[in-house]
Amino acid sequence: MTLSSVKPLDPKEFDERKAQHLLQRAGFGGTTKQAVALSKLGLEKAVEYIVEYNNITDPEPVLLDAYDKDIIRPRTAAERKVALKARQDKDEETVDKLRKERQRRQREDRKQISEMELWWLQRMVSTPRPLEEKLTLFWHGHFATGYRTIEDSYQMYLQNNFFRKNAMGNFKEDLVRGIIHDPAMIKYLNNHQNRKQAPNENLARELMELFTLGEGEGYDEDDIKEGARCLTGYTVEDHDFTFNSRNHDTGQKRIFGRSGYYDGDDFVDLIFTRPNVAKFIVNKLYRYFVNDLPHGKTADSKKFTISISNLLKRKDWELKPILKTIFLSEHFYDDSNMQAIIKSPVQLIVQATRSLNPPQRRKMVQTLAVSADLMGQRLFAPPSVKGWDGGRTWINTSTMFMRQNTLLYLLTGQRPGSASWEADNNQFNGMALVEGNTRDPKDAITFLLTALLNQDKHDRDRVASLENYMKTQNNTINNETVTGLLTLITAMPEYQLC
Amino acid sequence: MSHHHHHEQEDSSSTGSTDAYSRRLFMQQGMAFLSMATTVPMFMQRSAEGIMLPVGSLVSSQAGIPEDHTLVVIQLAGGNDGLNTVIPYGDREYYINRPQIGIKEPGKGDSSALTIPGADGFGLHPNLTGLRNLLDEGQAAIIQGVGYPNPNRSHFTSTDIWHTGNHSGQGYGWLGKYFDNTCEGQPSAVSSIAIGNKAPLALHGKTQKAVNFETEELFKWAGGSVNDDLEIPYDEINRKEIMEAHDRDSQLDFLVRTSLDAQVSSERIRSAVSTRPLVSYPNGKLSQQLQLIGSMIRADLPTRVYYASLGGFDTHANQLNGHANLMQQLGDALNTFQKDLAKQGNTKKVLTMVFSEFGRRVKQNGSSGTDHGTAAPMFLIGDNVQNGLIGKHPSLTELDQGDLKFNTDFREVYSAVLGDFMGADPQAILGKKYKKAEVLT
Repeated sequence: MTLSSVKPLDPKEFDERKAQHLLQRAGFGGTTKQAVALSKLGLEKAVEYIVEYNNITDPEPVLLDAYDKDIIRPRTAAERKVALKARQDKDEETVDKLRKERQRRQREDRKQISEMELWWLQRMVSTPRPLEEKLTLFWHGHFATGYRTIEDSYQMYLQNNFFRKNAMGNFKEDLVRGIIHDPAMIKYLNNHQNRKQAPNENLARELMELFTLGEGEGYDEDDIKEGARCLTGYTVEDHDFTFNSRNHDTGQKRIFGRSGYYDGDDFVDLIFTRPNVAKFIVNKLYRYFVNDLPHGKTADSKKFTISISNLLKRKDWELKPILKTIFLSEHFYDDSNMQAIIKSPVQLIVQATRSLNPPQRRKMVQTLAVSADLMGQRLFAPPSVKGWDGGRTWINTSTMFMRQNTLLYLLTGQRPGSASWEADNNQFNGMALVEGNTRDPKDAITFLLTALLNQDKHDRDRVASLENYMKTQNNTINNETVTGLLTLITAMPEYQLC
Repeated sequence: MSHHHHHEQEDSSSTGSTDAYSRRLFMQQGMAFLSMATTVPMFMQRSAEGIMLPVGSLVSSQAGIPEDHTLVVIQLAGGNDGLNTVIPYGDREYYINRPQIGIKEPGKGDSSALTIPGADGFGLHPNLTGLRNLLDEGQAAIIQGVGYPNPNRSHFTSTDIWHTGNHSGQGYGWLGKYFDNTCEGQPSAVSSIAIGNKAPLALHGKTQKAVNFETEELFKWAGGSVNDDLEIPYDEINRKEIMEAHDRDSQLDFLVRTSLDAQVSSERIRSAVSTRPLVSYPNGKLSQQLQLIGSMIRADLPTRVYYASLGGFDTHANQLNGHANLMQQLGDALNTFQKDLAKQGNTKKVLTMVFSEFGRRVKQNGSSGTDHGTAAPMFLIGDNVQNGLIGKHPSLTELDQGDLKFNTDFREVYSAVLGDFMGADPQAILGKKYKKAEVLT
């Protein structure tokens, strides 16, 4: 179906550069070879390949029993009895033993969440289905939940898999309805404490403000209070959602001017009758996939997002058709939208790893996870329920150096963030990246600038600086000098864009 | 150039004053100095935008407060045991609750508390000799029982509460908001500097971004250590505007200017800390940080807020030795830092504030340690403080869930510092009016 303002790109214009753009935005970028291969598929098939990722076998399917689900678990009846008795008897020794046991479990659980963090980062680097991970990361930032608050790694893991499983599902039925049944979210926003006798409004408020409608868009404080009543009794038992009917407020509620004996699921249905839902989520997807609009909307982006919002409503909140439409559109490939988004720390790291193919270094994923944290993004630990602000907030003078030095680490093995620069022996294969452009330094420079910055024309000053560097190396093209060129290109301000 | 003065005179419609002119001139000179074509570093642009804002949107500055006043904030991370820092030795409840870890009253042999002049019944941890020295010199205010209502005992949440100054712990940092709200005297990319691998939330504002680094050597690109020949092209790349025409304030322009900021601040900071300090600092993490800060103050960087932190205060088990080491480090570092400032002649312009996210439980636990608690003392160090023990010590018997009840809200201390030392309007920053704690002179 064609919409006037979301005209598809003329397939003839789908070249390597546009294919690389698609790889970067719908995933984490790729090598020049991958971009060439994708462009040869042609626009339609390329988008099909990226979006229909379920057709690609997952070499490492996510297993629910990959992690210990019992590190943090509620005490058994017998254990509770022992603890109670010790407290009553002022049996300090037992109380202390129990406290130490709890602290031991907490330490072990923190270790497990770190392992999960590395696992996910590694998965983003190696997956043949990058859009799946890119969307999982999007939902993690949208329905942001932090480990620090819930202190239960397995629930974070379950939530992560919930996002992955429904990454491109139905926004209303799978994602929003799912999230009010999600144990991690319920705990994070205190809905397990939301009882008829003592309502807690946290989930009801964020459900509208941050997840579906936007702040103050089509609801008021009374709707929040009444929504909270609907969600009473939506709680967690061990790692599962459970509905506690004793704590549920069965009375009549009045929301958005309608009255009824609503529960939490009815509340979701009611929210989706509000006009702003489609616009809200489409704007957020637009900022993530198309352009993060540091100066607000442009006339073109406004028209485009309105059309996509209408499409989302017509498709009954199915996400796949709108993603396809976006990735096929002329607007998506417009010059103003290419190299226009500031890479998140995770994007920077994963894209660099996928496109530069550095050798496996000792504790590399750990090092990269620490770097991402220092650049402001730690997986499973968004700063608040608002998620990461993204865009220009990623960048300041300190993170700028951190970004450049992290790339230096990937290329040379020198570790960022540690006082001593220890290099390891795994050498980077820079020659593989110049793909035969080994005779003339000018060719090598042009080739690398194109590959790394996805530009079609290059700034003369930049080229001159790189050429001057090559002159200091007697214009010899070898692994060392190519690596030198790469450290310079990845230290360019424009390398922070994708 | 008195920018504050400028705001008092100017009405909201006029921006064409001589000050604006001289600022333009300054920017031109600055750019010539940096040998740039048309790229304005971020910090200059930000201040240029500051001029354009209507006066009402800025916090008016107060007359009589010098613009070079500098605040140094030190966080004791993990929750410092306030009751073993300022010892209520006159209260037998203290010893009843802490049979193994209580500090002996002054004069009772080894490791007994230090006296506090004029404060009977209260002493200092025996290793806080440095702090005791500062008291003798009239440079230390010890504010007792500082906390906030409905205390949160999670490290993270309570830290966020102290950093933001509001109970949700959400939003921007109190010092970040100070910069957001206050028109500064000098434009600078280095208005606030945190020593550490992450800038603390306290310094994070809407527009204000702190510089942070663990050691100055990490606050730069390290490519030169791979190959010297990379330095020149790197400098060209990160200091020059790219020639291709691009929109002012496009994403690329923003990145180019931030990168330029980074180069300029890195150079200034590294040159500042390359000098030998005037006094010799003891070993220890906090000392190292304060030594760096001392050098930067001496070099007259236009930095108004420095942030340092010392970890290890989460003393759940066998705390006596570990806590004693921390107390030694803390007292010695503060004392040496103050000596350094005195030699520099900077004690008047610098105020140091020490806090922790919470104190600890009155009663020791079963492992000769203490669990997370609530109210604890704060210190202010400098020429302008009310020297001595300030405020009431919380009762050891009237407790809230086994924890001390606070007497002074930490935001009353912030209000005093913001209002009387930094020359800002505390209410505009904290979002609420708090009475100013009487801690400064």
